[in-house]
Amino acid sequence: MSTVKLTVNGKAVAVDVEDRTLLVQLLRDHLNLTGTHVGCDTSQCGACVVHMDGRAVKSCTMLAGQADGASITTIEGIAKGDELHPMQAAFRDNHGLQCGYCTPGMIMSAIDIVHRHGGQLDEATVRHELEGNICRCTGYHNIVKAVLDAAGRMKVAQAAE
Amino acid sequence: MGVEGIGARVVRKEDKRFITGKGRYVDDIKLTGMTHAYFIRSPHAHAKVKGIDSSAALKMPGVVAVLTGKQLVDDKVGNLICGWAITSKDGSPMKMGAWPAMAPETVRFVGQAVAVVIAESKNLARDAAEAVVVDYEELPAVADMQAAIKAGAPQLHPEAPGNQVYDWVIGDEGATDAAFSKAANVVKLDVTNNRLAPNAMEPRAAIADYDAAEEHFTLYTTSQNPHVARLVLSAFYNIAPEHKLRVIAPDVGGGFGSKIFIYPEEMVALWASKKVGRPVKWTGDRTEAFLTDAHGRDHVTHAEMAFDTSNKIIGLKVKTYANFGAYMSLFSSSVPTYLYATLLSGQYNIPAIHAEVIGVYTNTTPVDAYRGAGRPEASYLIERLMETAARQLNVDPAELRRTNFITQFPHQTPVIMAYDTGDFNASLDAAMKAIDYAGFAARKAQAKSQGKLRGIGVSCYIEACGIAPSKAVGSLGAGVGLWESAEVRVNPVGTIEILTGSHSHGQGHETTFCQLVADRLGVPISQVSIVHGDTDKVQFGMGTYGSRSAAVGLTAILKAMEKMESKAKKIAAHALEASEADIVIENGEFKVTGTDKAIALPMVALAAYTAHNLPDGMEPGLKESAFYDPTNFTFPAGAYICELEVDPGTGKTSFINFVAADDFGRLINPMIVEGQVHGGLAQGIGQALLEHAIYDANGQPVTASFMDYAMPRADDLPSFNLSHTTTLCPGNPLGIKGCGEAGAIGASAAVINAITDAIGKNNLEMPATPDRVWRTIHAA
Repeated sequence: MSTVKLTVNGKAVAVDVEDRTLLVQLLRDHLNLTGTHVGCDTSQCGACVVHMDGRAVKSCTMLAGQADGASITTIEGIAKGDELHPMQAAFRDNHGLQCGYCTPGMIMSAIDIVHRHGGQLDEATVRHELEGNICRCTGYHNIVKAVLDAAGRMKVAQAAE
Repeated sequence: MGVEGIGARVVRKEDKRFITGKGRYVDDIKLTGMTHAYFIRSPHAHAKVKGIDSSAALKMPGVVAVLTGKQLVDDKVGNLICGWAITSKDGSPMKMGAWPAMAPETVRFVGQAVAVVIAESKNLARDAAEAVVVDYEELPAVADMQAAIKAGAPQLHPEAPGNQVYDWVIGDEGATDAAFSKAANVVKLDVTNNRLAPNAMEPRAAIADYDAAEEHFTLYTTSQNPHVARLVLSAFYNIAPEHKLRVIAPDVGGGFGSKIFIYPEEMVALWASKKVGRPVKWTGDRTEAFLTDAHGRDHVTHAEMAFDTSNKIIGLKVKTYANFGAYMSLFSSSVPTYLYATLLSGQYNIPAIHAEVIGVYTNTTPVDAYRGAGRPEASYLIERLMETAARQLNVDPAELRRTNFITQFPHQTPVIMAYDTGDFNASLDAAMKAIDYAGFAARKAQAKSQGKLRGIGVSCYIEACGIAPSKAVGSLGAGVGLWESAEVRVNPVGTIEILTGSHSHGQGHETTFCQLVADRLGVPISQVSIVHGDTDKVQFGMGTYGSRSAAVGLTAILKAMEKMESKAKKIAAHALEASEADIVIENGEFKVTGTDKAIALPMVALAAYTAHNLPDGMEPGLKESAFYDPTNFTFPAGAYICELEVDPGTGKTSFINFVAADDFGRLINPMIVEGQVHGGLAQGIGQALLEHAIYDANGQPVTASFMDYAMPRADDLPSFNLSHTTTLCPGNPLGIKGCGEAGAIGASAAVINAITDAIGKNNLEMPATPDRVWRTIHAA
């Protein structure tokens, strides 16, 4: 057992876990943050994507101990109260989700994509960048639309800040 | 239509919880005292279980129990059933091999469970499972259908000599032979419809909770049809009588058919919960999904189509081998028969059809309904045949289809189905216009000048949805009725709850079903909630599959609404001292037509519940229910055209354009309908280009993770160009046909027709990987 100290969605937490505990297990089983999902166990599907120190990581593929001292943001931590993150709003407005299972990971990856590319996103880039996130419902059509829409909204939001 | 009524692109009510991480899937649920199950599964495709030694495992930390198939059988948990009886051409019933939820003696596919460890955590259960020693005696296995039906092949079930499930026929053989004898041209084709793994993103899961004091079970499960699950668990698996078994299917992360069936893991979790006296949770991992979720497709077919001198089809002969895997899954028997062969007429006038379907056992995962279920196989076959015929007869493929389209409705096909309505020319026209079919030759020439092979492929599909009426499916062997139920509860304050037997696992019922209410009453959808997925809340229901939720489920809601409205009008008329016939419902008010007299819905509801001033003899309350059984299947149809380029140097396919023109009858929410089509197209294109569940000759699965099985990624797919033509379905009052499966049914043929057009060679099997396409281009 080890104590892992980290910040999750802005809150400092210390959790005693078995050394083999994965970050996703710490989030889901110990902190009850069940918005982060497990879809494949092999780092392919991206349902488990969270942000660690601002970068997208697959939480099923790293040990909780590797996140010691890090700041983790999950799907539960990106809205400001009742105000959705622009990426969340864009997924809803563009019907970028159906069953919702891949959605948290999609949204967390998509935010990272927009951050890394700034305003320089087009359909081909979004499709290429989504390689690590699998959706079985939407055929990606509306996810791609949502990410492009959100990129515009995030630019506007950034400009306003 | 109002802003939230029928036809409006209403943003989904259910989305907020999903985009904020507040969805509640089975694995998100924790119960006090909950234990965790881990299944011990056979690594062999065929073996005798000689013994199971769990003594070491039982001494490990946190282990509560190790339970085996023998204990399960001793406790008289029933074998898994197949719920649709099919009769072979010789009059004999289908040959069903016994399938216990955990194998006590013989395993017949890799992944079949033989025992389960129950422990304090999933990790501890998994650790202990490593220490359970199972003594297997390997038996010869057979995974390939053609090998399985040969003399001397390893035999799976004593009940099924020759590994044959059934040999079933449909149509008029004599009339078909006579047509072929008069044919000017006969087109022949062999096709394989590749085996697919459904891969809903949420792996299956179950939590079983036994209450010893009440002798009552609660099951949380990833189900598309919780009431059907309760019925089967109760009536056939001896778990508990229905009133002592509550089944809850909360948020479910996709189904595509794979979550229709009641699987061994749910049965074992329920049984184990009683055994250990604590709740038992099982959550599958992705490899378990590949090994145990019912697979789809897997047909091998030879077909011949006869034409007269004017290129009219005069006959069709089909012989199909359908792989069932090792056992008959719940609805497996109906898929290659009544859901496949009954659609072999496609969109065409075919006076004589004869089809034979031979079901085959192999040492592979069981096969059952997967998005489209039989109809993609039929559509792929017919549309590949039409394309092949056009090439052989040297006519334009679109023109050949037009020559043979059914244009008069209703149309009785020679294979049971009576198409009620449609306009196949309209959808083909729309698709051809959208893709600029006329300009293709110039684009092909342009591509050729750049070293690319450009192709265009048409696919005109028709499918049958709704799967009804109950009397008709009963006469064909179905073990259940296929109606739907609904209840409308108007609360005393005027808010409305709709209870439905349909289940939403991505389809957006919480929005579309509210839109019907908004449309009829003029109330905002925020005043309406949809209750589903819990057998304790909803009286009964048949669930969601076969694109039935709108055509059948929503119509049941409409019927209940009509009853509720009729009573509410009586109350309003009484309160307003007007004639009931003069009451109209507008904007949430009951109005006396032509006057300014009105009473709002909440006041009518309150009056119904206070019962202080109701018409004489009227019962208090405002709640009505309905069961709706349709009069016929519905027949969504459309035309898909795919334009793509093949790089002759690599065999890689790149999409240029993909257009879909669908006729789904009335659309409740076009945004959601489009989403359904996008997803279906992705699965159809996935089958055509990427996906293939493969076994080696000994029955070892080669594709059991996302590292081996090519799931469609965003970069593999184009954006889609959708349009709709409309003929209203006469079979239900809303005119709905259903949209959930069309994409998966029609897309594959369009892609393969386009690739084979591009490369100028007709024979190409799915999935058309770059390797396979390159080899086909360069074959002698």
